[in-house]
Amino acid sequence: MMDAAAESLAVESLAGESGWQRFRRDRAAVWSGGFLVAVAAACFLSPWIAPYSYMEQDLAQSAMAPSSAHWLGTDLLGRDVLSRLLQGGMISLFVGLIATAVALVVGICYGVLAAEIGGRTEDALMRFVDIVSTLPLTLIVILATVVFGQNMPMIFLAVGGVSWLTMARIIRNQTRELKASQFVQAAESLGQSRWGIFCRHYLPNLAGTIAVCATLTVPGVMLLEAFVSFLGLGVKAPMTSWGLMIKEGADIMEECPWLLISPSVVFALTLLSLNFLGDGLRDAFDPRSSRR
Amino acid sequence: MAYVLRRLLEMVPVLLIVVAATFFLAHAVPGGPFDKDRPLPAEVKARLEKYYGLDQPLQIQLGNYVANLTQGDLGPSIKYPGWSVREVIGSRIGVSGSLGLVALLVAVLIGVPVGVLAASRPNSWLDRVPMGFTLVGICVPSFVLGPILALVFALGLGWLPPCGWGSLEHFILPAATLGLITAAPLARLTRGSLMEVRSLDYVRTARAKGVPALRVWFVHALRNALLPVVTYLGPAAAGLVSGSFVVESLFDVPGMGRLFVTAIINRDVTLILGTTIVYAAALLFLNLAADLANAALNPKVARNP
Repeated sequence: MMDAAAESLAVESLAGESGWQRFRRDRAAVWSGGFLVAVAAACFLSPWIAPYSYMEQDLAQSAMAPSSAHWLGTDLLGRDVLSRLLQGGMISLFVGLIATAVALVVGICYGVLAAEIGGRTEDALMRFVDIVSTLPLTLIVILATVVFGQNMPMIFLAVGGVSWLTMARIIRNQTRELKASQFVQAAESLGQSRWGIFCRHYLPNLAGTIAVCATLTVPGVMLLEAFVSFLGLGVKAPMTSWGLMIKEGADIMEECPWLLISPSVVFALTLLSLNFLGDGLRDAFDPRSSRR
Repeated sequence: MAYVLRRLLEMVPVLLIVVAATFFLAHAVPGGPFDKDRPLPAEVKARLEKYYGLDQPLQIQLGNYVANLTQGDLGPSIKYPGWSVREVIGSRIGVSGSLGLVALLVAVLIGVPVGVLAASRPNSWLDRVPMGFTLVGICVPSFVLGPILALVFALGLGWLPPCGWGSLEHFILPAATLGLITAAPLARLTRGSLMEVRSLDYVRTARAKGVPALRVWFVHALRNALLPVVTYLGPAAAGLVSGSFVVESLFDVPGMGRLFVTAIINRDVTLILGTTIVYAAALLFLNLAADLANAALNPKVARNP
């Protein structure tokens, strides 16, 4: 009994107040969080706050360097780079969030199921994950987006569909530990259903891990989308994304370097912040994190 | 040895699944290879499809394909008439292979020493400055680093050719782009793993016994710390593959990566299949090699794989 009490106390103190306190002390993570909120707000509010329409062309103003009228300059068709950057960011972030959600749902279901079934099936399921993760998944994503059309829902599914593997592995390991823990065994012996145990015990205890995983999956997913768009196989004109803007900038970097620099910088900073935020969350909330 | 055999046998079904999945995906690509601006006469198209076996049901095509595959025949190329896919890939694979190998070498030669250096003086400027750079390196993808390097060293300073292939100078920018991208996570991994190992009991014991510091560092600590680094080389190779798509397109390198991207754009089904299979096989072998190297370094793994 003492053990169980101490364990629940420890879990509470890790997941509760002190986790946030630890997180707040991590200045890099807090600043990254602030930066991300600002970028996301600007991007998602872009239809209302962008200075121009992202597809409004003005050939008289084409390929202008940054000026007071166009803060980040204009592209070859005279479109305002800042407005396009915000619109592209909306797409990139949107893909990042939705595809991560897809990966989360698949990863959690797969991981929890594997741990719940146990035995040989569990081994086979996890071996499958190991094998699939050694395959050239970017090739499959590219093929899938080409086959099923370069539309947004397909990009979400294709990118999310290959990003759940790490998640499944982590969730399965955690669930195995939870399954063996005393409070789950107590719930079992009291006759609670598997579904009830999943909702009442697994999910709340996995929440921290899931949050950390999700934060660290988003940059990978955004990178994959940008990569596919960069090759011209992802998001299509007139829509844009950061990956596509980087490609357009790279094509004419000699004449108009600002077309390459601004999307590259914003993209890299966003990924950096997501990584900082994820690391900060992990250090603050993951009981197994070594750096504390 | 039994372990190696088992792993090799395991690859067969995996490759078969990859072949089947890619086969159906590639054949589901909308728009056939003979759909051009000017439509071909129906008879010509029918004869072409018969020649390439495209008129048969898909499952029979797949069966024929696998049967040919066991003899190393990847079929005829559709967009390169008169060439077989094997010849097309054979003419490109050396370029990509050498590029990838040099990039991996650059990554290891930069990443591991930087990680060791950083771990030797934790939290000093020797640690913080390089680790800051590696953090940037992780977040700057190849398609950002490549253009920036080209902008600075080719267009700005004029030291290197911005694109093309043939001489040693053409090699430097693509290899540097791929290598630096891979070096960053390697350096972080080396540092993190060394930091963990150096606080372990056996390292302390070695020190207490009076083993010279450098020997403790390189023989006792580094050997164990390199285990996760070696394991990472498998996934790193996968990263190099996707990086090569970008880098080869950017620097106009006639390698496999660009071949794959063009094949997709051209809807060249046999070529898409061929490149995917070669990539999959290469990655599976590299992962196996990484695991074997790991087992060689770590007797615990060898006994209990």
